[in-house]
Amino acid sequence: MNALSKLILHRLALGALTLWIVSFLIFAGVQFLPGDAATEILGQSATPETVAAFRKSLGLDLPFYLRYLEWLRAILHGNFGTALASGKDITEIIGPRLLNTSILAACAAVISVPLALCGGIVAALYRNTFIDRAINAVTLTWISFPEFFVAYILILILAVNTGVFPSLSQVDANMSLLDRASAIALPALTLAVVVMAHMMRMTRTSIVTLLGNQYIETARLKGVPEWRILVKHALPNALAPIANVVVLNLAYLITGVVVVEVVFVYPGLGQLIVDSVQKRDIPVVQACSLIFAATYVLLNLTADVLAIAVNPRLMHPK
Amino acid sequence: MASKVVDFNVHRDAPANEKEIRVMQPGPLLDIRNLRIEATVYPPGERPKNITLVDDVSVTLMRGQVLGLIGESGAGKSTIGLASMGYGRGGIRITGGEVILNNRNILQSGKMGLRKLRGREVCYVAQSAAAAFNPSHRLMDQVVEAALLHGTATRSEAERRAIGLFKKLGLPNPEDIGKRFPHQVSGGQLQRAMTAMALCSEPDLIVFDEPTTALDVTTQIDVLAAIREAIRDTGVAALYITHDFPVVAQVADEIMVLRHGKLVERGTTQQIIEQPREPYTRAYVSVRHIDQEQKAFHGPPVLTIDGVTAGYGNGVIKVLRDVSLDLHPGQTLAVVGESGSGKSTLARVVAGLLPPLAGRIQLDGHGLSPGLHGRSKEDLRQIQMIYQMADVAMNPRQTVATIIGRPLEFYFGMRGVDRDRRVAELLEKTELGQNLANRYPSELSGGQKQRVCIARALAARPKVIICDEVTSALDPLVAQGILKLLLSLQSDENTAYLFITHDLATVKSIADGIVVMYRGQIVRQGPKKQVLTPPFDSYTDLLLSSIPQMEVGWLDQAIKTRRMESGGN
Repeated sequence: MNALSKLILHRLALGALTLWIVSFLIFAGVQFLPGDAATEILGQSATPETVAAFRKSLGLDLPFYLRYLEWLRAILHGNFGTALASGKDITEIIGPRLLNTSILAACAAVISVPLALCGGIVAALYRNTFIDRAINAVTLTWISFPEFFVAYILILILAVNTGVFPSLSQVDANMSLLDRASAIALPALTLAVVVMAHMMRMTRTSIVTLLGNQYIETARLKGVPEWRILVKHALPNALAPIANVVVLNLAYLITGVVVVEVVFVYPGLGQLIVDSVQKRDIPVVQACSLIFAATYVLLNLTADVLAIAVNPRLMHPK
Repeated sequence: MASKVVDFNVHRDAPANEKEIRVMQPGPLLDIRNLRIEATVYPPGERPKNITLVDDVSVTLMRGQVLGLIGESGAGKSTIGLASMGYGRGGIRITGGEVILNNRNILQSGKMGLRKLRGREVCYVAQSAAAAFNPSHRLMDQVVEAALLHGTATRSEAERRAIGLFKKLGLPNPEDIGKRFPHQVSGGQLQRAMTAMALCSEPDLIVFDEPTTALDVTTQIDVLAAIREAIRDTGVAALYITHDFPVVAQVADEIMVLRHGKLVERGTTQQIIEQPREPYTRAYVSVRHIDQEQKAFHGPPVLTIDGVTAGYGNGVIKVLRDVSLDLHPGQTLAVVGESGSGKSTLARVVAGLLPPLAGRIQLDGHGLSPGLHGRSKEDLRQIQMIYQMADVAMNPRQTVATIIGRPLEFYFGMRGVDRDRRVAELLEKTELGQNLANRYPSELSGGQKQRVCIARALAARPKVIICDEVTSALDPLVAQGILKLLLSLQSDENTAYLFITHDLATVKSIADGIVVMYRGQIVRQGPKKQVLTPPFDSYTDLLLSSIPQMEVGWLDQAIKTRRMESGGN
């Protein structure tokens, strides 16, 4: 266990380093954009004197590294600054948006992960038969379409034609759980469909690769039924690659929701970042980018830790 | 509550009765009649074709009897063993004959029927237990799995039985070893645990498929003894598959000799060993009887290793400690020891692949640079290597001519006709024949591949050839051919061999001098006769007494008289 906690600490330190580099890149990248917050707020008609004065009041006249350090210091204290467009505290703007996106991602994950694992196991069990090919073909078709297209198809079938779910996912804090679930059903389904194929194919491949191992033959020669061989003898050894692909897809659910949120007008982080880019609300864009980066780093860390946790050689050293 | 207890008892008694019913049945336990097994192979660039792996073989086995199936690779022995469980590896098909187990033809019992008898009536012990155990589960869960699956025992009963078997098979901490994962125990212990796994569901028949082949000779003797004890105590019948005559002689009541999927002869162990009827069996039994006269050496050595200490991880792990030896021109110096004794590391140090931490290596009186980079082309040419696995030591995309021609170009700058003539000469020397020149390694047999590797080493005209377990992966008769070739080449070219092996029988027959290594140190060295003459140090005694001898009853004698326990691997 000591080795494990050491490994986790090591990965955490690396994750922090990655985040720091990313924060620098985000900050530097934004600096390269033409214009800055002062010109953006004052508009084109402002005189150079007014702009200079305003820059000074915002602290924009300071050298690049000082501004970066100031920004970093504020973030480390949990303060992302104020939004230029609304003048509100960014933490307050992002908080509920992040919650909404997380709920959507969680719903999509709850639908897609079990389905993908089961689908992968079934495909492996009936490998190279009609069932396997059918599962393969369906999932391949799904990922081949762009996600907005999948979204529109689902809207057409489930909202326009049958009216089961609303086509716009407007949610607010006072909604009942059922209403909320119904409201986000379509974006959640869309996301689930998009990420499922990848996980399912990885599950199938990881399991089938392991079937050539001799311990699988040992199990067959014990008279173990085929499904039990897959679930009990192959799956535990395939968990590391599966955990990896599942976590990568979860990260996509948080960071890749932009298009889906826009299609369904869902008040999540994706919408926010699109709006903020349009308004040149640079502090908000920076904050959102940093949150996306942190999500990626954290989830990848989780994948690493899971891969270690399912490996008996690392969990139970000699 | 009361009815539950009754239920439980009924459930527990039923399988025992069922087993008793099976045991009471008359007739042989296993009766394989005219078995024919085929497979489809897909040779590269040719049409797929059917080959016959087993042709008209019949096997009868009585209850409690141990039958040895012996043959070289490709004899079909494993295929027959697995057929007795109704199982065929890969694309193997049973196309003819009957497999009658407990008075029914199991080839007609369907998938469900086969599943019910595997792990219950017949169990299997594989060659490499390390690969046959699932790395994700604890030993105990795997050992009791079959018994639980077939409902022949409750969990606590099965675990109790398993612990008893662990004890019987001589595993350390029998109460707790089941809680370990496969990677936490040694290869020899895994092989014992695998035997316990097979015995745990109390089958009528166990198929042992080369169960001790992958083990060190000093470990093999104990595992072999444990397996034989377990067979005797439980009265289970066994098919014991091996290529090693002395080993099968210790366990089997009768022996069947197979070749190319056909039966050569069957008889009692005594008869097969002492009075083999067929010429093939006679050749097989006498395989180890090359007798090379030990040569005496005077004058300066060609290779001197002086106080070499080497290891990995910046010297944190020391694999060799203060090793010194001399190798003379034309001498075969055998380096023997079990796995982990440092013999292959010694080869890497001499070849320059692993610079030593301390000590010097001299070739022909001048010091060799410790690392590969500091050595001149001439120094590199003088020391060549032949490896255990000939297939992976050759580039599969190059023809034999390219492989052998490469050192000729590299060291001597030979081109065109000159090179081709020399390649042809080397092929003749290694008894391969020139028509193999344009073949690829995958088109050669194991013995032919090793001969190509020998020809490649000879091409450089080296003074020293390091032979690292060169015959370990080969069948006995093929290995014998390779050894004879090496000896005759040596008398022509006066090459010195540093012959690394764990196979003492080979050493006894071909070496001039012997170096015995144990845990990175040389414990004994000298001319062959001297090293093999008592008094021995304890380790050499253990090593020598562990070599299986071609006589019935050797095992008991060896275990009784040896002075040192083996390391518990």
